[in-house]
Amino acid sequence: MYSIILATASRYLLLLLQMFSLFLLFRGHNEPGGGFVGGLVAAAAYALYFIANGIAEAEKLLQIDPFYLIAAGLLLAVSSTMPSLAAGMNVMTGIWFDTGTALFGKVGTPLLFDTGVYFLVLGVTLEIIFSLAEGDLQ
Amino acid sequence: MIGFAVSAAAPFFYRRFPGYFGWIAVSFPLFLFFSFTSFYPRIAAGEVLRETVFWVPSLGINLSFLLDGLSFTFALIITLIGAAVFLYAGTYMKHYGHASRFFVYIGLFMTSMLGLVLSDNIAAMFVFWELTGISSFLLIGFSHHKEQSRKSAMQALLVTGGGGLALLAGLILLYGISGTFEFSGLYPKRHLIVNSPLYPAATVLVMLGAFTKSAQFPFHFWLPNAMEAPTPVSAYLHSATMVKAGIYLLARMNHVLGGTALWQDTLLVVGAVTMVCSALLAFNQTDLKKLLAYSTLSVLGTLTMMIGIGSELAIKAFFIYLIAHSLYKGTLFLVAGTIDHAAGSRDTGVLGGLGRAMPFTMATAMLASFSMMGVIPLVGFIGKETLYASILEMEEWSRYLIAAAVIANGLLVMITLVAGIRPFFGSMRRLPSVPHEAPFAMLAGPACLAVLGLLAGLFPDFFMGAMLDWLASSVLADTLTFRIKLWHGFNEVLFLSFLTLLCGMLFYAARIKLLPCLHGRHITPVLKPSSWYDAALAGMLRVARWQTRILQNGSLRNYITVIVLTAVTLAVSVLAGSFSAFPEIPALDVTFYEVVIVSIILVSILVLITSSSRLKAVIALGVTGFSTGIIFILYSAPDLALTTFAIETLGVILFVLVLYRLPRFTSYSTTASRARDAAIACVFGIFMALMVLYTVSGELDSGLKRYFAGASLPEGKGRNIVNVILVDFRAIDTLGEITVLAVAAIGVFAMLKLTLKGGSR
Repeated sequence: MYSIILATASRYLLLLLQMFSLFLLFRGHNEPGGGFVGGLVAAAAYALYFIANGIAEAEKLLQIDPFYLIAAGLLLAVSSTMPSLAAGMNVMTGIWFDTGTALFGKVGTPLLFDTGVYFLVLGVTLEIIFSLAEGDLQ
Repeated sequence: MIGFAVSAAAPFFYRRFPGYFGWIAVSFPLFLFFSFTSFYPRIAAGEVLRETVFWVPSLGINLSFLLDGLSFTFALIITLIGAAVFLYAGTYMKHYGHASRFFVYIGLFMTSMLGLVLSDNIAAMFVFWELTGISSFLLIGFSHHKEQSRKSAMQALLVTGGGGLALLAGLILLYGISGTFEFSGLYPKRHLIVNSPLYPAATVLVMLGAFTKSAQFPFHFWLPNAMEAPTPVSAYLHSATMVKAGIYLLARMNHVLGGTALWQDTLLVVGAVTMVCSALLAFNQTDLKKLLAYSTLSVLGTLTMMIGIGSELAIKAFFIYLIAHSLYKGTLFLVAGTIDHAAGSRDTGVLGGLGRAMPFTMATAMLASFSMMGVIPLVGFIGKETLYASILEMEEWSRYLIAAAVIANGLLVMITLVAGIRPFFGSMRRLPSVPHEAPFAMLAGPACLAVLGLLAGLFPDFFMGAMLDWLASSVLADTLTFRIKLWHGFNEVLFLSFLTLLCGMLFYAARIKLLPCLHGRHITPVLKPSSWYDAALAGMLRVARWQTRILQNGSLRNYITVIVLTAVTLAVSVLAGSFSAFPEIPALDVTFYEVVIVSIILVSILVLITSSSRLKAVIALGVTGFSTGIIFILYSAPDLALTTFAIETLGVILFVLVLYRLPRFTSYSTTASRARDAAIACVFGIFMALMVLYTVSGELDSGLKRYFAGASLPEGKGRNIVNVILVDFRAIDTLGEITVLAVAAIGVFAMLKLTLKGGSR
């Protein structure tokens, strides 16, 4: 079933939802939100797009295999634990660079970690959705 | 750290300069080698260098490094042989696919091996220990399209990995006794450790780890099988470095665990048995690399035995022998690779007369072979002399051991004759390819090592003399002086050396006669530990299958039943005593919308369990979830609510996707099983309700809430406590969780794709 209204709307909604998910990610440290919810919202955005336009379109839009998102997220999260080691502190000690950036709020290794979580959650969810959906096509 | 980065960068370089890669790669170990040698004056002066990077100090686990005589020697061997092997492999590996991958693995290996010998912290050492095991697995199984190499790799991994587990247990016991993770902290506590009731267990476990790694009897079988690996790997890992990790550990622990009958006698016996048995096993081998592998085993046994003897002279012999062996065995392996490369065969029965075609290779091989046989001007000779002298010095057992040593060394001479010398002489046979001299890059490494062996033999004082005292004192507690010389005059020891050579010749002659008779005959399987390994593996698989049938039968319903019942039973059995009175139900002031939401939830649950259509059930489930989310909002838990909403949304989407692929909705369950499930669900519900009531009524304030609320802003720089806990205070838990999530995604992917393939067929 193809609904032109949903398909058109989903394009704008996708953008909006993605922005919202990033917003959730960045505000997470002070207000409700965070990488996990952000990732889920972003995944939901893609899921909406996929419902409206079909799986092939959604995969084309994403361009990369969700597996890379998973790997990148994990790598990001792990590597965010390293700078403190280089700085001579315990592993995973949070380092904050600037606690008042306008756009991101606060920048530091925990934010990097949260971003890793964001990508991983997005990747995992999309991987499952896409695998299931691809099966339906065949 | 740097090492890992460099090895990760290797493939990029390789792609850019495929022709000269060996020369680029060699700069790395060479650089390390020279930077280590720059420490020589300080080590020779008896200094012990230490360096610490904090890792997990709260558990006493740090990346602390220690450079004393023992680790210095190993570090030099690792980097020097590493340089030769890297250079060699740059040319040799061209014929393999994925050569760039090879350099990643071997760089990884070299780094972890260096980490292993330099670590002062037991936990860090163990991590490096396992890393060498893993990189060795990757390297043995490098030709992963061959079944034999996959099998060998698996065997090596399982044997050394099993030993690694034993070692871990042993190290934890040691920590339990001494309360420190540092080697340097263990040394002063020797008395405490040796007198502890846990000492025998710890010792046996540590020894198990070392024996498996160093392929001591009866764990020796993995090493000859590991010869499936490309030759540079055999030269590097399986003769010069990795198999010596166990020996290193024994030498390192000698301070801490040594001096008791248990330690010394076990090492002595195991070492001697390995020394003789593996040399005997080599008797009917014809493959060049396998012959060399058995001789390596024999030498490893000798080294273990010398730690077991434990006298000053023996430790000294240990070091000389160690250095000598690394020099000549590395060379011989590389030469074997060259022969294989040039002549297309490694069968000693076929090879012959290669000397004319490859004169430089022959010269290199000769030098190394003479060193291995213990012929006079080479360093191997000094090693053997010191070995005999240290055995003669012993009070008991001396006679048997000397006989064993002479026989084993005689067999080594035989192996050398067969593997190192024979291929170059005699008449040329028909070979799979026309032999030709190896390119310079493949000659330079082994030649350098061989010449070093000669120089070290001629000028022992210069190369090792001053250092040896400090080397020995890093294994034994006290300092000592002893000069090594090439020539000790005509004495008992020299006589033994000649006897050894003579024996070797005799064995060689006997081998030619006996080999046809032995051909095709099998040793009874009971006597072969490798068949024990096969049996154990098969048994383990059977147990695993049985266990899977019982526990993992694939029925989701059973899983949930088991999990719920276990949780309830455990919790009730623990809590039953502590809470006797029924909790009083707190007075509730229920608002109107709360009642509405709860009734929505109840109605949707009713719909859910009675519905005859899947879609209806899914939607009802979604409604329950969203209502729960609203409750979270009402009770001011916006984080939970957000997450619940997102999860419920995606959950419904996933359900709908899954619905497509399910068979028609029919009622599978009988009334009885439904009643049972309902009972279980009720029990769980009541249990949870009671838990909540207890939690609310009891004084369970553990101070955590106050701590996190207070510390969140100043230390975590965030006002959202939940998130600060997730990404900062408890980040390691989150890391673990997302790793599990990633693995689960891979599992889902594999399951779906595999069933799809199965279905389409």
